[in-house]
Amino acid sequence: MAEQATARPSGRTSTAAFLGRREEGAMLGISRTSRYVAHAILILGVLIVAFPIYYTFVASTHSLQTILRPPLPLLPGDRFWENYSTALFGGIGRIGGVDVGTLLFNTTAVALAIAIGKIVISILSAFAIVFFRFPLRMFFFWMIFITLMLPVEVRILPTYKVMVDLGLIDTYTGLTLPLMASATATLLFRQFFLTIPGELVEAARVDGAGPWRFFKDILLPLSKTNIAALFVILFIYGWTQYLWPLLVTNRNDMNTIVIALRKMISFADADTEWHLVMVTAMLAIVPPILVVLFMQRWFVKGLVETEK
Amino acid sequence: MSPRVTFPNKLLPYLLLAPQLAITIVFFYWPASQALRQSLLREDPFGLQSTFVGLANFRRVLNDPNYINAVQVTVIFSIATAFLAMALALLLAVMADKIIRGRGIYRTLLIWPYAVAPAIAGMLWLFMFNPAMGTFAYMLRSAGFGWDPLLNGPQAMTLVIAAAAWKQISYNFLFFVAGLQAIPKTLIEAAAIDGAGENKRFWTIVFPLLAPTTFFLLVINTTYAFFDTFGIIHAVTGGGPGKATETLVYKVYNDGFVNLILGDSAAQSVILMIIVIALTAIQFRYVEKKVHYG
Repeated sequence: MAEQATARPSGRTSTAAFLGRREEGAMLGISRTSRYVAHAILILGVLIVAFPIYYTFVASTHSLQTILRPPLPLLPGDRFWENYSTALFGGIGRIGGVDVGTLLFNTTAVALAIAIGKIVISILSAFAIVFFRFPLRMFFFWMIFITLMLPVEVRILPTYKVMVDLGLIDTYTGLTLPLMASATATLLFRQFFLTIPGELVEAARVDGAGPWRFFKDILLPLSKTNIAALFVILFIYGWTQYLWPLLVTNRNDMNTIVIALRKMISFADADTEWHLVMVTAMLAIVPPILVVLFMQRWFVKGLVETEK
Repeated sequence: MSPRVTFPNKLLPYLLLAPQLAITIVFFYWPASQALRQSLLREDPFGLQSTFVGLANFRRVLNDPNYINAVQVTVIFSIATAFLAMALALLLAVMADKIIRGRGIYRTLLIWPYAVAPAIAGMLWLFMFNPAMGTFAYMLRSAGFGWDPLLNGPQAMTLVIAAAAWKQISYNFLFFVAGLQAIPKTLIEAAAIDGAGENKRFWTIVFPLLAPTTFFLLVINTTYAFFDTFGIIHAVTGGGPGKATETLVYKVYNDGFVNLILGDSAAQSVILMIIVIALTAIQFRYVEKKVHYG
């Protein structure tokens, strides 16, 4: 029910629903004034939510001198191309001359690898747990479930030691592999698979389809929406990681954009290149926002259904 | 439920589970067991020898004024963040439920911050409010208010709370909207016919019926404030000024990774583990209730 109500694509309410709402509004005695108040509050909310991002954008188009002399103008300046090309291709002094292009590549690679890796690994294990019977099945299920209770934060040092022992510091494997085990995704797929009628499996078996065939031709197509929804959530998860990349990267050219941004900022000394910091911040924010906006329908559905 | 139809393969399921289990064991169970073991040991300063000390590490950690301070900071930070993020989101969701046109547009405009990394959210707020060139800091000071979050503890706390709550509004908003739409309209209509005004209807019908959503979000927001906000603290205040914004997770990181006090850090990890287990248990125990009105 909740999902039905929210999965509607934005801005396109059907006429019927539109009329329905109007009647309902009249019925509930929501006055015109109170609706105007509602709009006013929502607009205020949008301003609060959007302003920090807009402000960063404005700052990213001004020169360092303008930024250092508050208050900042409310409209974008004329340094857009200059600032963005310097940051993207020129290299930034504070982080060892690494350019933001490299950082964007790292972050995209990490976010994609985590999202895809998690989906593949969890769909396989959910497939095993739901469609097979074998000794220790429930033991394995609980083993996966319990990882929910062991986030990185509660095992920082020993995990770091494992990474050092395996030589995974400053590698893409180190940045992604340990984050690929996911109880949430496995639980989601398991729940979804349990709703698939047994007759379907029976029919597939009667027709001589093996497990692999069943997985590829029946299960995967049925899971498409779930996979899309999960992909958005996990992509954002991968993109916004902080503690993990902070632990496993030392080299500047292996940083993700979020970590690099932290390294670029210093309030203590005056040589922080704020205009480039702002450009980097924009470039760190925009890709995941675009993913959320373009895949909004699946994202909202996935979020509200999976509850994380 | 009838027994499921399954495939007869014997080896295949193990192969399918292998990648997940391998990662789980190497990167989750092994380190977690090491944390448990370490929490009962005390290493000498050179890391050559360790002796079993029982619960001594826990005793020392729990008696450490700095740890008590971190507990207090975490509690204040979590309550304020959860309350602010949920109250604003609920207000916006209720308003969005009232209007007829433009809901989709408002939703699109309100979900942005979900995609912003907590650390970046913190940096944006710090940029707006930092005393050197933040526009808002400039305005506050022009108005005669002594604003300096880099030196003043409570102000630093206010700043990280604002950033943490700002980032979480989108998430809560989506859930409250879904929760509001799941409330049967007939109930509200009945109350309207009986002459209950908008305000009264909200507090006597809508808000109680939203309780499952609210409770669920409370658990999620607490977890978020405990763990996911490490980036905000690390990027914005570094736990300071003094120890004014040092949360439990930040302290584990700082003691273990920066100050290298292994036994204490491990004991703190184990305490955090217990907190996560409690939060997860609450979430799964009560989450069922969430769907009651759906």
